[in-house]
Amino acid sequence: MKLLKLVPDNTNIHFLKWRVPFYTVSLLLMAASLALVFTKGLNLGVDFVGGQMIRFTFEHSATAPIAPLRDEISALGYGEPTIQEFGKPNQVSVRMRLPEGSEKDPSIAEQMSAKIVATVRAKHPDARLDGNDTVSGKVSGELFSSGMLALGLAMGAISIYIWIRFEWQFGIGALLSLIHDVTLTLGFFALTQLEFDLNIVAALLTLIGYSLNDTIVVYDRIRENLKKYRRMPMPELLDLSVNETLARTIVTSLSMLITLIALLLFGPEVIFGFTAAITLGIFVGTYSSIYMAAPILIWLKVNATSFVPQESDIDRQERLARERG
Amino acid sequence: MLDFPRWKRVTYWLVTLIAVLAAVPSLSSLAGVQLPSGVPHPMVNLGLDLAGGSRLLLEADASQVRRQRLESMEESVRGRLGNNEPRIRIGDISSRDGNLSFVLDNPAQVDAAREQILPLTTGAGLTGQRDWDIKVVDGNRFILTPTDAGINQAVDHAMETAIEVVRKRIDALGTREPDIRRLGSNRIDVQVPGLKDPEQLIKLLGQTAKLEFKLVDETAPPSDVAQGIVPPGSEIVPCVDAKACRGQGAIAVKRLGGIKGDQLTNAVQTNDQRTNEAVVSITFDQQGGAKFAKLTTENVNKPFAIILDGKVLSAPNINEPILGGSAQISGSFTVDSANQLAIALRSGALPVDLKVVEQRTVGPDLGADSIKKGALAMLIGTTALMTFILITYGRFGAYACAALIVNLLMILGIMAIANTTLTLPGIAGFVLTIGAAVDANVLINERIREERHRGRRVVQAVEMGYKEASRAIFDANITNVIAAVLMFAFGTGPIRGFAVVLMIGIATSVFTAVNMTRMWVAMWLRKARPSDIVL
Repeated sequence: MKLLKLVPDNTNIHFLKWRVPFYTVSLLLMAASLALVFTKGLNLGVDFVGGQMIRFTFEHSATAPIAPLRDEISALGYGEPTIQEFGKPNQVSVRMRLPEGSEKDPSIAEQMSAKIVATVRAKHPDARLDGNDTVSGKVSGELFSSGMLALGLAMGAISIYIWIRFEWQFGIGALLSLIHDVTLTLGFFALTQLEFDLNIVAALLTLIGYSLNDTIVVYDRIRENLKKYRRMPMPELLDLSVNETLARTIVTSLSMLITLIALLLFGPEVIFGFTAAITLGIFVGTYSSIYMAAPILIWLKVNATSFVPQESDIDRQERLARERG
Repeated sequence: MLDFPRWKRVTYWLVTLIAVLAAVPSLSSLAGVQLPSGVPHPMVNLGLDLAGGSRLLLEADASQVRRQRLESMEESVRGRLGNNEPRIRIGDISSRDGNLSFVLDNPAQVDAAREQILPLTTGAGLTGQRDWDIKVVDGNRFILTPTDAGINQAVDHAMETAIEVVRKRIDALGTREPDIRRLGSNRIDVQVPGLKDPEQLIKLLGQTAKLEFKLVDETAPPSDVAQGIVPPGSEIVPCVDAKACRGQGAIAVKRLGGIKGDQLTNAVQTNDQRTNEAVVSITFDQQGGAKFAKLTTENVNKPFAIILDGKVLSAPNINEPILGGSAQISGSFTVDSANQLAIALRSGALPVDLKVVEQRTVGPDLGADSIKKGALAMLIGTTALMTFILITYGRFGAYACAALIVNLLMILGIMAIANTTLTLPGIAGFVLTIGAAVDANVLINERIREERHRGRRVVQAVEMGYKEASRAIFDANITNVIAAVLMFAFGTGPIRGFAVVLMIGIATSVFTAVNMTRMWVAMWLRKARPSDIVL
């Protein structure tokens, strides 16, 4: 039986040769992402800005009556709704900002949501309420800060762990590549204006986890090779390590992509943004473990003295066997 | 590598068996198959986003508790100093800036006054601190300040009562299995599965149902009341509508001396026999009935105001003393609104106002749709993934796939045993777990390939593969545990649901992808003793 081999044995790609152009591209992408986040902004969902998202399915029609809905809801005097198709053509989401005065009295938001639902039901008897999220300004701020806190703490704690398990340079390298991944994903959300809600924060945490997985595998190999080839120049050693783990990187990334694409194509709409974020994260994370996390070690001057070589049991047995002839 | 001690093998298989068995009930219910009753069947709870239902986050206003404490303290101080011997006369009592302050007419009575007031304060908290601080300034001015410990205790108490009241009200609606729990210091999280339309519930919970009967201050001319001028000792209360107060928008009532409606034994919606209006009939307990009888006997032919949540419902005249302990509350009700008020009164008044700060409703149809699609996507995804792994790693891939299936069943089983809730992001957590499990096997298998490439013999290559890969697997999983723990500790809602699955998944995927496959590989190597492997 012949097995599939995506990566030939003994690859020898000079990844590190391209580090300066790739760094430039990464920095430009990060700058562009930040610029996008600050100019265009994220399309924050009701979780973070407060307000309402109400979803309807119009069971007896092929398409949702978007224009009439807009008129009917505007006529209630709470302002213009944002109405979008959601999943199928006969499904919509109606988004409203927080009504005035709701900072002091959250029940105003509640009343508005009740009125909108009642109005839509009265005018369209086939409207099925699929979901109604009403988040007051009081809670949304907390959700945002707790989400960001979780994100920041996770990044910090993970870097510290890597610093303890490896060396401080590796901790910094991992942290920088995490920042890179998160920034680019945020940029993607600013560009596409996909809704950024609590689920997306979970997605960011997931992709941090995944990207780190990748980084750690590469780092682990670098550490091992540093013990093994004590005189090899750093760029060469990094190239070797990346090449040695390349097959694993490709197979794992493909495995993740297969499941994620199934989720994107056949999974529920509600987690589309979530899955899209992680899918993007696979690409960004894989790239950053190779082009950010590894080369940075050169600048941070990692060298073999950090790691004392240790001979494994099997190596020792084999050496002794050789010596005995 | 080849010797796997028997106890280890037995333990591995046993753990797997238990976890997989625990997953069966959840799987069969997903497939719509009923299990025979009598056998224990732990189930994975489905979150509201999958099963449909409503979630409300209610918040209590803690400053209201502070205000209420000041009010009741003022009443206690007046009662105490005015009724006990020696009588201590006070002037000018006021609550301002969160303190209650008053001046004694006779500064010589400071010590006597302090002695009278001290029993009104009690210990609060574990530190032995009292719930009020008493201070005397300028020789004759008392300042009473509620301590933080006292306030916290009062808020705690109020929240406990509030949760009870909320539970009673939701039960009265006839909904099944609501999950009501306190969140933080002043919030209540209410989850009602299957509730399609939360409006009724929100209305019911938004009602404090604080019922008061206060005497109308007839000395205040309506023109003054309209301008907001009232005699001392009275206050202006707005009316629900003009009809309730004979054409006035608000009336003046005596602040003290009324009675509260918290001593009810029952409240039902009935119809008034004369006017055929919908009314609420209430019955007081003995103590409340006695107070009510006293109030009505002393004030025959005077109007009194029926006040609900700070608004006058109606202000009828007391035609005759009401001695039987039951009364009628009228106030332009519909049958529905009267019924709702009856439920609210029956379940007791909320000690504090509750406001809905977050509401999420998922229609059951959408939830069912999400489950179907999520399950389908998982099925397609894992099948495609397993095919890929099989053609990449052959026999070793088959072990990885078997481990993957066991892993998925184990997660479900453990979630069922721990009675955790599966949410939509939880399904995504499943996907990530699959990724992590596959990665572990990829790392191991690639490493074995490498070792073979270097010319190691089969058994040694396999052993090295597992050994060298486990370091990276360990580090990668620990970082994911760190992320999951932080997500669980600081995240809310969907993030937590995700973190739970991730934590369980990390543990089971290490067990299945590393330990189980290793056992299987060892068993095969021992039996077949291959001189070469296809990898």
